[in-house]
Amino acid sequence: MATETPAELRSALSRDTMVINLGPQHPATHGVLRVRLELDGEKVLRAEPVIGYLHTGFEKTAETHTYQQATTLTDRMDYLAPMSNNLAYVLAVEKLMGLEVPKRAQYIRVLFAELTRLASHLVWLGTAVMDLGAMSLFFYCFREREIILDLVEATTGVRMNPSYFRVGGLAYDLPDGFHSRCQAFIDDFPRWMTSFRGLIENTLVEDRLRGVGMLNREQALALSVTGPMLRATGLAHDLRRAEPYCFYDEFDFQIPTRTEGDSYARMWVRIEEMYESLAIVRQVLPKITPRGPFMTADRKVALPPREEIYGNMEALIHQFKLVSQGFPVPKGEVYQAVEGPRGEMGFYLVSDGGPRPYRWRARTPSFYNLQSLPELCRGELVADVIVNIGTVDIVLGDVDK
Amino acid sequence: MITEGGILDALNARFPGSIEVVPAVDQASVRVDKDILRAVMEWLRLEQGYELLLDVCGVDWFPARPRFEVVYHVYNPTRPERLRVKVLVGQNEEVESMTAVWPGANWPEREAFDLMGITFRNHPDLTRIYMPEDWEGHPLRKDYPVAGPRVD
Repeated sequence: MATETPAELRSALSRDTMVINLGPQHPATHGVLRVRLELDGEKVLRAEPVIGYLHTGFEKTAETHTYQQATTLTDRMDYLAPMSNNLAYVLAVEKLMGLEVPKRAQYIRVLFAELTRLASHLVWLGTAVMDLGAMSLFFYCFREREIILDLVEATTGVRMNPSYFRVGGLAYDLPDGFHSRCQAFIDDFPRWMTSFRGLIENTLVEDRLRGVGMLNREQALALSVTGPMLRATGLAHDLRRAEPYCFYDEFDFQIPTRTEGDSYARMWVRIEEMYESLAIVRQVLPKITPRGPFMTADRKVALPPREEIYGNMEALIHQFKLVSQGFPVPKGEVYQAVEGPRGEMGFYLVSDGGPRPYRWRARTPSFYNLQSLPELCRGELVADVIVNIGTVDIVLGDVDK
Repeated sequence: MITEGGILDALNARFPGSIEVVPAVDQASVRVDKDILRAVMEWLRLEQGYELLLDVCGVDWFPARPRFEVVYHVYNPTRPERLRVKVLVGQNEEVESMTAVWPGANWPEREAFDLMGITFRNHPDLTRIYMPEDWEGHPLRKDYPVAGPRVD
C-alpha cells in the first residue's frame, strides 16, 4: 500500500501527463483495488495496481489456529469460490499426514468444487458484462448463482463461507433430497446458459472486447499468470488434467482454450468452462450414494460419532482433545495446488510436528494474475482499464489475503 | 517420497556439489547456496523448461541462524513437473531478486520484504505491498507480537 505526500501529487500534476487514481472506492474495481494511472489524454502510459486495502493477515492468523480451525480462514480469501480454497488446503494437510479419505467424500468435494466454479464464473460473467455497461445479465447471473448457493446452504447451513471440506473428509453428509435438487439444477441450467449467451453473443460485445488487454503466452508465463487467463493464450494447462486430484481423471471433460490472449478470448474460455463444470457435475452426481462415509476412519483426525460421545468416557475425552488441542501433523513441508476458478490455488505448509502450522502460505491466483494488469493496459484507453480488470477476474480478498 | 531422478540428477550434474536434496512428501525439493541461486534459476527456466514461477515466500526459522529461508516453487508446464528451490538467508543478508528471470517474482518478493523483512538485491521496486509505508516491523516474523499492547 503506498501513499503520496501533497508535494508528490503536485509534481505529478505539473507534468504533461496526468496521474489519476482509479479506486479504491470505484465500483468497477470489484472491491477495494486502487489503480494509479498515468495518462496522456485518454491513453494509458502506465497502470500500477496499489493493493493492500483488504489485507487481513490470514497467514499470520493461521499460525495461531489448529490445522482444522485454519480451514475457516481459507473460505474468506477467495470468497466467491470458498470450496476451491478449502479443497487446496485440506488436500495439503492430508498429503502431509498421508491420510486416507473415503472415495465418496472425494466425489462430493469434486461436486462442490465444480458447483463453486460455476457460481464464481456466474458472478464474473455478470460483473464483467456490467463493466461494459450491460446491466440486465447481472441479475440473471445472480439468480442462477443463488440456486447454487441454495444447494450449498441446504448442505452446510450457510451460503458464503461454508468451511465444508475438513481435513479428513467433510463436515456433514449431504441432506435428504439433495440429489433431486441438484439434478433439477443440472437439467435447468443449460437453458439459462443459452439465454445468457443470447445477450452477449453479438457484435457489440465482440467489437468491445476483441484486441483489448492483449497478453501472449510468453508474457503470461513470465508473469506467473495461471487459470483461464493462461488458457486464453493457447496453453491447455489445467491441474485437473495435469495432476489429477480427487479422482478427476475418472471424468470426461475438455479444457477450453483460445489463442488470441485478449479479453474476448478470456471471456469465452470461462463461458466454455462453465459447460465443462456442468458436465463434471452431471457425471459425479450418480457416483455419490445418498448415504455413506464422508469422513476418514482415522480417529486421530475424525471426531468420534455422537452416539459414542454420549455413552463412552474415552470418546468424550477424545472429542474434547481434538476440538481444543487439535491433532499433530508430522514434521515436514508440503505444497498442494488445485485448479480454482481463477487459476492455481496452492498452499505451502511447513509443520514443526505440532498441532498448529509453523508456516501457512497461500498461493492465491488473483494476486499473481493482477500483476499482469500493467501489461494489459499499456497503450490502451482508460475505458479499457475497466474492461481489463473485469476480464482478469480478481477477488480482492484473494489478492490481499 | 518423490525422487524424480530426472531433474535432481540434471541439477547435480550441472552444479556439482552445490545442490542439497531435501526429502519431501510431495515434490522434488532442493536447497541451493544463495550465491548460485540466479544461475540455477536461469538454467531451470531457459534450459529445463521451468517457465512458470508459481510462488515465492519466506519462512522465518527464528532463533536459528541463518534466520530465513526463501522458498521458490517453479513449474514446468510441458512435462508437467514441479520443483521446490530453497535458499537460506541471514537476517542482515540479501538474496538476489528473481525479477530478471521471471518478472512475476516482483509482487511476491515485495510481499516477502513487507511481511518478513527479507531484502532482495536488484529488485526494481522493493517497497511494502500490503502494509502502509510507515508501518514498523514485519508481521510474519516469529518475534512479531500477535497481540497489541494492553490498553486499560
